[in-house]
Amino acid sequence: MSQIFPRSANALARASLASVLGLILVGGWIVFTLMRSSWVTKQHEFVEQPVQFSHAHHVGGVGLDCRYCHTSVEKSSFAGIPPTKTGMNCHSQLWTNAAILEPVRASFRNDTPLSWTRVHDLPDFVYFNHQIHVRQGVGCATCHGNVDKMPLMYQAQPLLMEWCLDCHRAPEKYLRPREQVFNMAYQPPRGDTPVEFGGERYTSQQALGLALKKEYNISGIAHMTSCSVCHR
Amino acid sequence: MTLAEIRTRLAGLEGRAYWRSLEELSDTPEFRDYLHREFPAQASEFTDPAGRRQFLKLMGASLALAGVSACTRQPEEKIIPYVRQPEEIVPGRPLFYATAMPLGGFGYPLLAENHMGRPTKLEGNPEHPASLGGTDLFGQTSVLGLYDPDRSRTIVNDGEVRTWSAFVSAMQAAMLSRRPIKGQGLRLLTGPITSPSLIEQIQKLLGSMPEAKWHQWDAVFGARQGGAPATMPLYHFDKADVVLALDADFLGCGAGVVRYSKDFASRRRITTPEGQVNRLYVVEPVTTITGAKADHRLAIKARDVHAFAAALASALGAAGAPAASAPAEIAQWLAAAAADLKANRGRSVVVAGDTQPAAVHALARAMNDALGNVGATVTYHAPLAASPADGTASISELAADMHAGKVDVLLILGGNPVFTAPADLKFADALKKVSLRAHLDLYFDETADLCHWHIPETHFLESWGDVRSFDGTVSLIQPLVSPLYDGHSAIEVFAVMNGTPGQTAMDLVRDYWTRAFSSQTTPAWPVRTADGKTYANADTFWRHALHDGFIASTTTLMSSANAPGATSAQPAGSASARAAPAQAPAPTMTGMEILFRPDPNVLDGRFANNGWLQELPKPLSKVAWDNVAYISPKTAEFHGIPIARSGNRSNDVIEISYQGRQVRLPVWVLPGTADDVVVVHFGYGRRRSGRIGTGIGVDTFGLRSSKAPWFDGGAEIRRTGDTYLVTSTQNHFAMEGRNPVRAVDAAEYRKDPKIVEGLGHEAPPKTLTLYPVYEYNNHKWGMSIDLNACTGCGVCIAACVAENNIAVVGKEQVDRNREMHWLRVDTYYEGDPAAPSGIYHQPVPCQQCETAPCEVVCPVAATVHNDEGLNDMVYNRCVGTRYCSNNCPYKVRRFNFLLYSDYTTPEFMAQRNPDVTIRSRGVMEKCTYCVQRISHARIDSKTSGEPIKDGQIKTACEQACPADAIVFGDLNDPQSRVVKLKQQERNYGLLEDLNTRPRTSYLAVVRNQNPELKKT
Repeated sequence: MSQIFPRSANALARASLASVLGLILVGGWIVFTLMRSSWVTKQHEFVEQPVQFSHAHHVGGVGLDCRYCHTSVEKSSFAGIPPTKTGMNCHSQLWTNAAILEPVRASFRNDTPLSWTRVHDLPDFVYFNHQIHVRQGVGCATCHGNVDKMPLMYQAQPLLMEWCLDCHRAPEKYLRPREQVFNMAYQPPRGDTPVEFGGERYTSQQALGLALKKEYNISGIAHMTSCSVCHR
Repeated sequence: MTLAEIRTRLAGLEGRAYWRSLEELSDTPEFRDYLHREFPAQASEFTDPAGRRQFLKLMGASLALAGVSACTRQPEEKIIPYVRQPEEIVPGRPLFYATAMPLGGFGYPLLAENHMGRPTKLEGNPEHPASLGGTDLFGQTSVLGLYDPDRSRTIVNDGEVRTWSAFVSAMQAAMLSRRPIKGQGLRLLTGPITSPSLIEQIQKLLGSMPEAKWHQWDAVFGARQGGAPATMPLYHFDKADVVLALDADFLGCGAGVVRYSKDFASRRRITTPEGQVNRLYVVEPVTTITGAKADHRLAIKARDVHAFAAALASALGAAGAPAASAPAEIAQWLAAAAADLKANRGRSVVVAGDTQPAAVHALARAMNDALGNVGATVTYHAPLAASPADGTASISELAADMHAGKVDVLLILGGNPVFTAPADLKFADALKKVSLRAHLDLYFDETADLCHWHIPETHFLESWGDVRSFDGTVSLIQPLVSPLYDGHSAIEVFAVMNGTPGQTAMDLVRDYWTRAFSSQTTPAWPVRTADGKTYANADTFWRHALHDGFIASTTTLMSSANAPGATSAQPAGSASARAAPAQAPAPTMTGMEILFRPDPNVLDGRFANNGWLQELPKPLSKVAWDNVAYISPKTAEFHGIPIARSGNRSNDVIEISYQGRQVRLPVWVLPGTADDVVVVHFGYGRRRSGRIGTGIGVDTFGLRSSKAPWFDGGAEIRRTGDTYLVTSTQNHFAMEGRNPVRAVDAAEYRKDPKIVEGLGHEAPPKTLTLYPVYEYNNHKWGMSIDLNACTGCGVCIAACVAENNIAVVGKEQVDRNREMHWLRVDTYYEGDPAAPSGIYHQPVPCQQCETAPCEVVCPVAATVHNDEGLNDMVYNRCVGTRYCSNNCPYKVRRFNFLLYSDYTTPEFMAQRNPDVTIRSRGVMEKCTYCVQRISHARIDSKTSGEPIKDGQIKTACEQACPADAIVFGDLNDPQSRVVKLKQQERNYGLLEDLNTRPRTSYLAVVRNQNPELKKT
C-alpha cells in the first residue's frame, strides 16, 4: 500500500508543531504585554474631573506644599483629598468670578461635596499606606511623578505589583532624606550633584540609599516582601 | 444505641476519655462516614440541576478565558471629600467614642469604632467598671442591628405613612383630653428602665396625671416567678474562694455577665502550680455556661432548688431557715458543699438565679449572712430599676385592665408584648380593646401590626441617652451617626407627652445632667472626677463624662465592698428580706417539669433578624438557626427517643403538652440536664421580624403562662415520629481521639506539674525537620488561650465576625459544614452522658503553625509564611483548590463555596471594616491574628519610633473576651504576658506530635474538686 502522505508532509507537520508553539508564545506575549500596557494600567491617562485642577499651577507656579491640601499624608494610610473649604481659602479672594471655579463655589454654596475621579487606584485587596512611605523617605515624586509639571493629573507609574516589589526588594534605589520627601525639585545624588545626609556627602544613590535604610530602620527584604505587609 | 451500651463503651476506653457529642460516643457507621469526609454532606459535590456535562463545558470555557480576566480595566472609583472637614477627622483613621448599649434596662459600656461617620465595631469600655474592656455577645453584634435593612423607617398610622408632627399633634390631643381626668385610662408599657433622665420624664408625666399607670414587661429581664427579691445583690467573685450557684447563670446571662466573668476568671488563671483555684458548685436543672464551669454540678429540677436551698441553709445554720433535710441521694453532696462553705466563711458566696422565686433569694441572702459573706464577697443594694420590679405581675395587671376596658390610651415604648407576653393573658385580644395604641420600636413587628401608631425607634448608636450599669454606674449614650431613618427615642416621646415637643434627646439628657451638676435633680447625683475632685463647671463635667462614657463618681456600689462599714449601708428593706426565708415555699408542682429559657442568642426574639447571632452556635448544643427542646439522656430513653442522632442530621420532633396547649419542637438530648425536665427556649417563630428572623424556629411563648414564666410541673412530651433538620456545629471539624483538651486536678497538678505534658503524645524534637530553621529576629507573634478561664460563651466568635467581615451563610450552608467562622469553640464532655463529670471549652482559631502543613500543598503559593511567623492567606492569589484545608490538622480553614459576602445591600456596606478585604466566591480564608491591627501598630511604631508595647495589639477575640482567656503578644519579648503564660507547666500545643509547631498554645484546665466528692 502506498503511503498516504508524501515526504513533504513531514515539513508541514513540523511547521504546524512549530506554529502551535509559536502561537502559544505569541499569545503569551500578547497577554503579558497587554497586562503591562497603559490600556490596562491606565498609566499616562488623563482623567476628566469636575474641576480641571492644575498641579502645575498650584505646586510648580504658586509653590504650595503637598501637605497644604493632602493633610493626612503623614498620619494616615490615605493622603486626603482637600475639602471644598481648602479651595475656598484662596478662591474666596482670588479668581472669585472665574468660570472654571464655578463647581467649587457651587459645592461650597450648596454644601454638596465635589466628586473626584480616582487617578491612582489600587485594587481593593491592596492596603497601601502613605504615612509609612513618607516617613521612610519615599518622595512624593517617586510614585506620583513630577506633579509640579502636570497641568492635568495623570498616573505616572504603572502601579503593578512588580513595580511595588521593585522598590520593596531594594528600597535603596529610591530613598531620599526625609526632609526632601515633599521637594519636587529633588535630584538623586550624582558625581557632580552630591546629596548631604547625616553630615556626609553622598555621590551615588546606592550609597545614600543604604545609609538611609540603616538610619531609618527600614526592614529587610523578608519583611518587605511578606504578603501581609500589603494584602490582608 | 442505648445509654447502657454507651456506658459500656465508655468503661472500655483507657485513660481519660473526652467526647464531643452523643453521636461520637455511639460511634455508628453513619457517624464515622460523616466524620471522615473533609467537608461532609456532599459539600464539594456539584448538585446543581445543570448537570456534569454542562458544568465541564463551562469550566473549560472559564479556564480558556481565565487569563483574559486579568486584562480587564479596573472600574472607575470616586473620591468624595468633605465640603468642610471636621477638625478631628483624619481620613483613613478611625475615631473611638464611648457609649453604652441598653439591654433589659441596664447599660453595657462600649467603645465604638467610627470610620468617617460609620460605626463599624464595638468594643468594651476598658475604664468602665462594668466592662473593663470586655463585651458580651449583644455588645459585639448590635452594630449589625444598626444597619439592619429591615428596621422600620417611617412613622405609620393605620397603615399610612405620617410625619412626626402629625404624631405630636395626635399625642397632644390625647394628653389634652386626659389631663382633666388626671390621666385615667392612660397606661405606659416599657421594659425595665434605669435611665435617670428618662425616669425623670416619666415621673413628670405621672406626677401631672396621677391616675395614669406605668407597667413594665420584658420577657427576659425582670420577668419574675414567685415575686421579686427585695434587694439586689452584687457579687465580688474575685474575692470568693467557694461559689455556690442556685440555678444562677451568672457567667452566661444578665447585666453583670462581663464583670462577673472577669472577676470569676481572675480566680482561675493561675500562674503557678501553687496558685489557688476557686471552687464552683452549681445546682441547676439544665446545663448552662456557668454549670459547664462547675467543679461540682448537681442537676435537679428547678422546683427542687428551693428545697435544696432550705436544706443547705439549715445545714449552715442560717437565721430563719426552715428545718429541712435533703433527699438521701443528694445529702452527701449537700453536706460536702455545706462543710466547704462553712470552712470558707467570708470567702464564699451563695448566688441565687433570676428565674428562681424571691424565697430562694431570701434563703441565699440568709446563707450569705450566716457565712459572713455580706460586705466581703457580696453586697446588697436597693434595686436600680425604677419601674415596677415584678414584670410578670405588672403585665398581668395591665392585661386584666385592658380586658376590663379600663385602658383608653396605651403607649408601648420598646418591646414586642404581643409576641412575648404570657399566653394566658391573651394580650393581643386585650390590646384590641384599647382605643388609642402607639408603639415605639426598632422594628415594625407583631405589636406594631396591632397598634394605631408606630414610631421607628432610634438605635442606641444613633441616639442620646443615659443608662445605669448593673453596678449602678451611670453611663452616657452618645450617637455615633445621625439617625439613618426617621427615628425617635423614648425620651423624645415623653417630652411630647409632657407638653414640651421640639426638645431633642440631646437637649433633654444634657439638660438633666446640667441640673444634676448643681444638685437640682432627685436623686441628687454625686458629681466628681474619678479621683474625687470637682469640675469647674457643668460644661466641663458634661464633656468629661461624654469622653469617659460614664460618670466616675457614680461608681459607688462595686467599690463599696472595700469601704469600711459596707454592710451597714444596706437599704432599709434588709430586715424584711432576712425574715423572708420563713415564707411558704412555692406551691408544690408535680409531673414532668417544663423549663422556659430565653434563647441564648436572640433572647426573646428581639435579635431574631441579626444574622450574626442566628449563625453563632449556641453554647453547649452548638445549634444554629433554630430552637430545640433539651431533655436529658435518661428522659429520652424513657420516652423512646433515640439519644444519639443518626449521622449528624435529623432530629426527632416531640410534642410538648402543657396546660392544654401543645407545641411541636425538635428535641435535643443535652448531657447534664436534670431528668424528667423539658427545657424550652423562646424567642423563635417570629411572625413579623425581617428577611432573616421571620418564620424560623418554633414559637414557644404559646406555652408560657404568667403563673409560671420560668418553670412549672405538669408537662407531657410525646414522640411524634416526625423528624426535623437541626443544624449543629458540634460535630464539625472534629479532631478525633487526640486529647485536644487537657484537664487536671489542682492537687495533682501541684504535686506533679509535669502531669499536663504527660497527657498528650510526645512532640518531636525541634531538629526534626527537612526545612532550614528560620530565625524570627524581629517580632514573633503568638497566642495563649487559657482553657481554665474560658467559659465557652462565644463572644470571641462574634468579635471575629465583626472585625473581619465574615459572611453569614445561612442554615442550609451551615448544615454542609460551610460556616465561615474563623474561630470555633469546641466543647468536650467527660464522664457519663447522664451526668458529665466535666465540660470543657476550647476556642480553636488558626494555630499559625511554624511548619504549616497548609503552605506546602498550595499550588499557587497563596498561603505562605511571613517573617513574623504569621501564616499569611493571600486571597487574590487563591484559586480555590482547597488542598490547604485538606491538609490542615486543626480544620480551621474556611472556603467560600458560594458568594457569601453581601456586595449588594447598601446598608451592610457601611458596616464593613475598611481594613479587611471582603472575600468573594472560590477563595479560602482563615484567622490572620487580626493582621490589620498588627500592621497599624507596626506602622505607628515605625512613625513614632516607639517600640510596640506588650498588650498594645489586641486581636478582636482577645479584646472582646469577658474572661481574659486569650492573650496575644510577641514571643521575642521576654517580658510579654504571652511568653510568661507559655512558660507555665500547664501550657501545651494542640496536636504538637504532628510537628506543626503551633504558635497558638493552650493552658490546661485545672479543676479544684472537693476531695470528699471526687469520684475515684
